[in-house]
Amino acid sequence: MKHVKTINKSDLKKSAVGGGCGECQASCQTASKVDNTVSNQKCER
Amino acid sequence: MIHKFKFENYNFVVDTNSGAVHMVDDIFYDMLEHLDGNFFDYTENYIIKKLENKYSKEEIKETYGEILELKNKGKLFSPDIYKDLATPEKLSSPVKAVCLNVAHDCNMACKYCFASKGDFGCGKELMPLETAKRAVDFVIKNSGNIKNLEMDFFGGEPLLNWPVVVETVKYARKLEKIHNKRFRFTITTNGLLLDDEKIKFINEEMYDVVLSLDGRKEINDNFRVTRGGIGTYDAVVPKFKKLVDSRGDKSYYVRGTYTKENLNFSKDVMHIYNLGFNEISMEPVMCDEKFDSTLTEKDLELVLKEHEILLKKLIEMKKQGSKINFFNFNVDIEKGPCVIKRLKGCGCGNDYIAVVPNGDIYSCHQLVGEKSFKMGNINDGTFDENVKNKFLKTSIYHKEKCRNCWARFYCCGGCAAKNYTHLGDIMKPFDVACRMQKKKIECAIILYALT
Repeated sequence: MKHVKTINKSDLKKSAVGGGCGECQASCQTASKVDNTVSNQKCER
Repeated sequence: MIHKFKFENYNFVVDTNSGAVHMVDDIFYDMLEHLDGNFFDYTENYIIKKLENKYSKEEIKETYGEILELKNKGKLFSPDIYKDLATPEKLSSPVKAVCLNVAHDCNMACKYCFASKGDFGCGKELMPLETAKRAVDFVIKNSGNIKNLEMDFFGGEPLLNWPVVVETVKYARKLEKIHNKRFRFTITTNGLLLDDEKIKFINEEMYDVVLSLDGRKEINDNFRVTRGGIGTYDAVVPKFKKLVDSRGDKSYYVRGTYTKENLNFSKDVMHIYNLGFNEISMEPVMCDEKFDSTLTEKDLELVLKEHEILLKKLIEMKKQGSKINFFNFNVDIEKGPCVIKRLKGCGCGNDYIAVVPNGDIYSCHQLVGEKSFKMGNINDGTFDENVKNKFLKTSIYHKEKCRNCWARFYCCGGCAAKNYTHLGDIMKPFDVACRMQKKKIECAIILYALT
């Protein structure tokens, strides 16, 4: 496409299927310890 | 829902419900101004009329076609289909992460400390080893089929109770093999009591370590002082360097705090970097306005501008090959957590709890001492699910403001404790924090796209 460049392959819809295994890190155990930074968590799958 | 924003000559568009992020040209950006996600036979003619003074008919048709193509692929104006997943039953999780407050005491007296100089207003106390072991047993017992468990040694200052830290880790290591679990330990320290032995143990056993330092010496020493009022910069920086230099590739963060006194905190980030640390995080102090240096809504504009100043520096540095990693601009744009995780939010009171020296269990380390968020006690075996149930109804779909926010799948509902502290209600998003969070998310997207 000429007018747009999509910079990621993220698809939240696909992640809903079989998601929620709970193996990823709890967000508040990360370097912030105050603020919520859920979207920087890595999926463990 | 979409969100669009500009940075220098670049235009960005986020499709909230798919997570797709696009860089677009001016005509695409301008066209989105006139579209609301509903497309009809007459929409193209409507758009041509709106834009024909600025762009040619051919360009408009071509761009409109690309918008339709993205919409059909589910990458633009995609529908919100996740509401049915946000039920308490679906969001309920076993407990997998414990913030273990091994010391409600501190050898420093940071002027902005949310923990009332370490004791959370509850009196000085160190956690007995038996209580810490029971916390390990508790998380193993309550973690269901989840293998990866987390324990953060926190305080106060956890190094004040070092023997308990060591023995707790050894105890958990023994049990993890028996129960097929894996413990990831982290520790958050002010560094004053670090020595070679502790550094070796931390680097061998801790999955992550958070080292508290505010940046420039004069900034750090204004707030981060000993009980006798002496600045701690000179005492801790060499220890932090020693720890990080011998840590290899393992994760760590030098974590700073900024106040009204250093609204130019990008200089502190750069200072920490120039000390030789690549992994840096920086959090704002927003507390009771009785503390003169707390950030308030009045400071917000300058704080947001400073984020942009820092962003520009980081882009420049990254382009030149720097390995600097600013935690607060980290968002996993490419994949990130699944939507279920995002609906669970921070997990406080659900998969995350805090345990304090006397064994009391709270839904979050930020809510320690708040009776209504006490969940039970490790020593007497009580655990009240009612508090958990309260948090299971705090997802982005349970809060009206979040439900209609473009950033809802990034921040995932924000910090319940912050809402409670500022507005007295975990269900009311604290607007100042929201605006900061949105800025950080935009910065993260820009940084990812341009470097």
